[in-house]
Amino acid sequence: MGKLTVTHTIIRTEKEEALKELITGDEAIARGAWEAGVRFAAAYPGTPSTEILENIATYPEIHAEWAPNEKVALESVIGASVAGARALAAMKHVGLNVAADPFFTFAYIGVNAGAVVITADEPGQFSSQNEQDNRNYAKAAMTPMFEPSDSQECRDMLIEAFEISEKHDIPVLFRMTTRVCHSKSMVELGERREIPIRPYTKDIKKYVAVPANARPMKVKIQQNRELLKEYSNNCLWNRIELGETKTGIICSGDCYLYAREVFGESASYLKLGFTNPLPDQMIKDFASKVEKLYIIEENDPYIEQHVRALGIDCDGKNLFPLNGEMTPEVIRRVIFGEEQALDEEVQAAVVGRPPTLCAGCPHRGFFYELGKRKNVMVSGDIGCYTLASGAPYHAMETTVCMGASISLGHGAQQVFDTIEGQTPRVVSVIGDSTFFHTGLNSLLDVAYNRSKVITVVLDNRITAMTGQQQNPGSGYTIQKDVTEAVNIEALVHAMGFQHVRTINPNQLDQVKETLDWALGMDEASVIITRWPCALKKFAPWDVEEFPGAFTETYFVDQEVCIGCRKCTRTGCPAVVFQFEIKKSSIDPDKCVGCSVCAQVCPVHAIQKVEA
Amino acid sequence: MSTTNILLTGVGGQGTILASKLLTLGLIEQGYDVKMSEVHGMSQREGPVLTHVRFGEKVFSPIVEKGKADVIMGFEELEVLRNLEYLRRDGQGIVIFNRVRVSPMGVQNGKEKYPLNGEELIRARAGKLIALDAQTLARELGNPRVMNIILLGVLIRELGLENIDWKRIIAENVKPKFVELNQKAFEMGKNLTKN
Repeated sequence: MGKLTVTHTIIRTEKEEALKELITGDEAIARGAWEAGVRFAAAYPGTPSTEILENIATYPEIHAEWAPNEKVALESVIGASVAGARALAAMKHVGLNVAADPFFTFAYIGVNAGAVVITADEPGQFSSQNEQDNRNYAKAAMTPMFEPSDSQECRDMLIEAFEISEKHDIPVLFRMTTRVCHSKSMVELGERREIPIRPYTKDIKKYVAVPANARPMKVKIQQNRELLKEYSNNCLWNRIELGETKTGIICSGDCYLYAREVFGESASYLKLGFTNPLPDQMIKDFASKVEKLYIIEENDPYIEQHVRALGIDCDGKNLFPLNGEMTPEVIRRVIFGEEQALDEEVQAAVVGRPPTLCAGCPHRGFFYELGKRKNVMVSGDIGCYTLASGAPYHAMETTVCMGASISLGHGAQQVFDTIEGQTPRVVSVIGDSTFFHTGLNSLLDVAYNRSKVITVVLDNRITAMTGQQQNPGSGYTIQKDVTEAVNIEALVHAMGFQHVRTINPNQLDQVKETLDWALGMDEASVIITRWPCALKKFAPWDVEEFPGAFTETYFVDQEVCIGCRKCTRTGCPAVVFQFEIKKSSIDPDKCVGCSVCAQVCPVHAIQKVEA
Repeated sequence: MSTTNILLTGVGGQGTILASKLLTLGLIEQGYDVKMSEVHGMSQREGPVLTHVRFGEKVFSPIVEKGKADVIMGFEELEVLRNLEYLRRDGQGIVIFNRVRVSPMGVQNGKEKYPLNGEELIRARAGKLIALDAQTLARELGNPRVMNIILLGVLIRELGLENIDWKRIIAENVKPKFVELNQKAFEMGKNLTKN
């Protein structure tokens, strides 16, 4: 093993015993950022990274911002770094796709003060549209990369990442996964180190990536890479733990914890925490010490391909799955053939608990009506409303990525319009936050290229799915300071749309009539459904605009109820059908009075509870 | 010493988060290495919640393996059933089971049936089953929300960790006006299985 070099020292508190806390990886990142002297942080919410910025925002020394999307977040971070402040951008894995454009060229121009980009990957896809492995981004952009396995490493490595960024004049990619983000483990905390703002100097050759400047930048990155290779072979974060040498395991991130759990002292480990560039010498040393070599990693064979390219024989994805989480169970199954038999009797009894739109959700009324329309194609997007693709609505036919509803719908409509006969009309549906994220550009496409798509902005006044984050339409910043709230209707008019309506999605007559209006025209239109999320904490202006919202409840008069179950087809979790008596009822603890069920009841059995 | 594996499971809003937080704080005070991992559905109401807590001298993985949970503390019947495969299979596993049913959407709209033999299936697989109706007990104390703390009390007794100063930990971590109620709930749970 090489000698250990580390460019920062962990500062202890004055107390004899260092302060220790049980915190998540996301919280540890926020703490590490604070300790590292970060002054600027920006993000767009996305599971499992959301809590990073939420926690950073609690430190007054750091200027934290929700950006409209990840590209904007990263570009503002580049600006902060160029201006001389340590800066951090946080995003989920697919967010880095959005921010990929600035990310690659950021590596070229380099930093003034240190900059770190956090990517939170989702092996197992708990709440994401894909399972991409963002370690490939570090390789492609030639940036250094860290991969922590627990909360302590999140804090320690992040502090080090800023040193590396400044020493090598390059942004650092910091790769986490869901389990690292959301698991809690003990962390020894330090104090904040105030890093003075570096002076900004005009340096056109460094910061203007035109071809003449960018060519030497690429050469510089390649030269830097040799130094980083040396670092990788000698740093604290890559280490050999020698146990029995019959089995050797190379692993990174949480896979290290799972491998240790399964093999204990019966194997040797090469534990990698700094994974771009990978430590060639250390890998060769380790491979020569062990009899059988396994590479245990989630998702892609990122380490394995490198090991094989070094001419070293190993077992990896030939045995382990390319998808899903790498849990201790997976390792036991693959290596030892240990399989947990399914308890069929229990499995047969269990029924699912799929996520549903909450009672009082403003999306319910709209999708209840939209789902009844024939000869439409509903182009969907990412948010709580993606649940409309499932039962009982089945009112969404495509979902790809943030903002895609409108542009995908536009392309589909252009093709449908070239076909003779009764071709579908496209209705694109998108939430307010997703609209601000990347829907705006797409809507410009509809206006500019003149398709007749019907665009529906489902404005529930907040970013709901990730847990009630503020956005450019909500009127508050992340710190809950009052700020501008964009006027969607005016914005859409300014783009050139003539037919724009704002409606209350809980009023089914209004929804019906507006859909008729839009479908009846041979031109594009924009419908804005405006009603707050049922979980939203009201701002003073919400109280004013939506008086009495969520304060009422409804009940079923069972004398009148005919048991037709129309009300259950609204998919409301407050409506219960009692099989024994073939009557519906409403759970008064859940009902918040949106009245959608009352509007669909053919016999007026559902009534408001009078106070 | 070996690692102890605990699972807390229920649906969103039942207070599993606070119960697991208090539990881990006590374990840390006792000097254990503790890891915890949480999987919750999306942010919509009433999704399934599963919290893994592992403690011992040195803990690596933050997640409990199937067939290795020493204790499953279930806040809701169906969720216990769903996660029963985590319970150790040598007849030594403990299930603390709250007799509460929260119907998922499919049951509510009449498309699926809530399992009626849940308790029976759980009993057949648990080395020890402690079944109680913590919601009714909590209501008797004056607030159904302290159901989680009654269950925590039961768990602490089963783990033999009564020597930790839980009273203070509760006092430091719940809103002042609810401290006394939560302490009472904890005592109630702790003494339920005393005989």
